[in-house]
Formats: sequence, C-alpha cells, structure tokens
Amino acid sequence: MISLTRRYHFPASHRLHSPHLSEAENSRLYGKCNNPFGHGHNYVLELTVAGELHRETGLLVPLAKLDCFVAEKILRLFAYRNINVDVPQFAELVPTTENVVRVIGDLVRQHWAESFGDLRIHASRVQIQETDRNGFELLLSAPEIETLAAQRNESVMVHA
Amino acid sequence: MLITRKAEFSASHFCRAASLNDDENRALFGEEAHLAGHGHNFVLEVSVEGEPDPITGMIVDLKDLRDILEREVVAPMDHRFLNYEVEPFAKVIPTTANIALEIWRRLEKQFHTPKFRLARVRLFETPDLYVDVVQPAAA
Repeated sequence: MISLTRRYHFPASHRLHSPHLSEAENSRLYGKCNNPFGHGHNYVLELTVAGELHRETGLLVPLAKLDCFVAEKILRLFAYRNINVDVPQFAELVPTTENVVRVIGDLVRQHWAESFGDLRIHASRVQIQETDRNGFELLLSAPEIETLAAQRNESVMVHA
Repeated sequence: MLITRKAEFSASHFCRAASLNDDENRALFGEEAHLAGHGHNFVLEVSVEGEPDPITGMIVDLKDLRDILEREVVAPMDHRFLNYEVEPFAKVIPTTANIALEIWRRLEKQFHTPKFRLARVRLFETPDLYVDVVQPAAA
C-alpha cells in the first residue's frame, strides 16, 4: 500500500474558553490558553493521501492540485486568522486542536469527491502539530466514508 | 515491534511523462518537469518488524541494516542523476512514489528471514513531502 503525506504550515490564533463552564473553571482548565485576548501558534498540518498510483504518471495525486485544494478549502479559512472569530465552525465550538483537526477532517471529506473524484485515491489521515510537542491525529478510514459524505452532499443539495 | 533506521542521499531528477507535451508536463508535475533536472536531499526511513532475539536482545543487527541501506540505496543513488544513472528511472518516472517503490523492491529482496520483515519505507523528498510504502495486511 502506498500513501503520500504533504505538510502545510499556517499561523493562527485562538482562545480556549467553554461557555458551559464558569470563568474560574475555564481559567483552571485551560490555564494560559484561556487568556481573554487569545494567543497564536504556527500550526503544521499533515494530509495523507492513499490509493492507487497512476500508472502512466507515477503520481498518487498531482501536487499542485492537492496544494490548491488545501489552500482553497482549509488554509483560506485558517491561515493568519483568529479561529474563534473568523472560522464559522467555531462560533460555538471550543477551538482546541482536537476540534480543529476534526473540523479540518470534515472539510476534507466534504470537498474531496468534487476535487479528486476522478482519481482512485482517498484522504486517509489528518494530523496537526499545535507546537512541536503537541500532535493530534485523525484517521479517515476507507473510501466508504467519502461515498457517504458525497451522498450527504447530494441530499443537502436536494434540500437546497 | 518496529525498528527504524534512517539514511540520506542527495540526487537529482526530473519528472516528465513521454506521452505528454511540455505544457501538459508542466501542468502535471510543476517545477519537477524542468528538463535539466534539480536536486533534493532525500531522507529515507526504513522500518523493520520483528521480535527481539532472546539471546542478543536485538530484532536485527543495526550494522547489517545500515550496510543493506548503504549497498542497495545510498551507494547507487547518492550524488546521481536518477533519470540517467539509476535503474529503472530511464523508463519509470522518478516521482517520490516511484522512488519509494523502487527502494521497497530493492530492500524486500534482502529480508528473506522468518525473524524479521520489511514493514515500511518512508521517503522524504523535502521536509514537507513524504511517501510511505507499507506491506499490505496478510490476506
């Protein structure tokens, strides 16, 4: 089995604060990350693509196409942004890196088929380093998930 | 248990499909298509799976693993132009994936022992791009 992993870098700020907890509880739980003004990280995102190598070109995926996908669907939302303020998914969601990796995983699943539906590949893993010391990894197993996501998109479009 | 050994080699290459014209190659491979070639410091991580020997406490003698990597990969590829000097890249486009697969094929032949097996080849073309080749799960 073969996979390709591409690393992307994006600076962003966030503040960890749960509306379900008191000020004191938030402060105790999140410590420095609860600073009301927020703070930033140089996040490192890894996206892993697995599947069949294109026989003629020796590529799993044209890199420019993958870079374009990540730039448009993910980095445009997160890079040089305040995640709490600027990314709609975090209007009511605490931007822990667990939640950031989950939201990015959802974005990848949601948009994958429209960009890469013609290739026999799937996104198999999203990993984010918040700092050199903290890493968060989400495995996106099996193409069935993309199929389900595609079906979900279809039904959403029908409703619209 | 896995043990991983790292090796490095510097080599040049370009990526172009013979069936495509210049513009198509540019669109598909980007700067990698430049005909005169360009180079990378490739970093190879090879993982071997096995159980530590009860007497030596080792899965594989790291000196042996180092020698295999040196003989099969580093010596033939280091400071070479892959397309012109290393088989099979006169005919097979030396994309990161194809180089990783070729390294897998070369190393797999060296691991004919029930004590340990080749588990993963990870090849970094740059710090921000790597390809993994892993043994498919046994059927």
